[in-house]
Amino acid sequence: MPIFNQLDTYLYLAVILFCLGLYGVLSRRNLIAVLISVELMLNAASLNFMAFNRFLAPHPAVGQIAALFIMAVAAAEAAIALSIIVALYRKLKSINIEHATELRG
Amino acid sequence: MSLLIATLSFYLVVAATVVGAIIAVAARNIFHNVLGLAVSLIGVAGLFLYLNSPFVALMQILIYVGAITIAICFAIMLSQPLYLPAPPRNPLKIQGAAFGAGLVFIFLGLLTRQTVWTPATERVQDWSIATIGHYLLNQYVVIFELISLLLLVAMLGAIVTARGGRGSS
Repeated sequence: MPIFNQLDTYLYLAVILFCLGLYGVLSRRNLIAVLISVELMLNAASLNFMAFNRFLAPHPAVGQIAALFIMAVAAAEAAIALSIIVALYRKLKSINIEHATELRG
Repeated sequence: MSLLIATLSFYLVVAATVVGAIIAVAARNIFHNVLGLAVSLIGVAGLFLYLNSPFVALMQILIYVGAITIAICFAIMLSQPLYLPAPPRNPLKIQGAAFGAGLVFIFLGLLTRQTVWTPATERVQDWSIATIGHYLLNQYVVIFELISLLLLVAMLGAIVTARGGRGSS
């Protein structure tokens, strides 16, 4: 069986993407870089949905609709997060997450 | 012969995905991060093509590469100037992040390896885009409407937040 017709290939790829995104979220301090890493993690989730949809699911439309839903939620999340970043930069003159401690008690 | 071409281009797509993701998390320049993210997203769209879903692959390129990446570019231009020197990285934090992500990687990899996946007993082989459209407007119409409402609310929220929040005219 060719390598692109096996479920495991896609699952391992999704694991690699997810862990790279997790590393980015944990290590970066720039807010935009954190947002980029979150997008990578969301992509890993949607790749998992599509792989299960292709190899296991009873009907091939369901996983594609789940992937579309993830994309729409990611677009909404990016719009909100970017506007918060712009507002935060205007207030603090920095987008370093270690400077954004206004809400700390 | 066609199998060889398909396998080679699959490796190409996988390399684009992984290398793009590495650039997206590891490069120091924030603009290189965005370019790496775009390469990685195009690679994932190629993977969707291999998973029999050209519609979702097109949507991936349209929404992610076309809209989200461009929005991130705008946010970069509107925030921190790129000529400012970046603060030095804390090596302890990098090592801690690599250690944590590595632990999760090992856990998920073992989980994927140990699980036995069984396909559904009865599988429909209908991959046409028309079927997805029927499903979106019949069985999953609530999801469809919810997406549009969510995007509307997010758009309004983004406008209100980016204009300066409550109190400013």
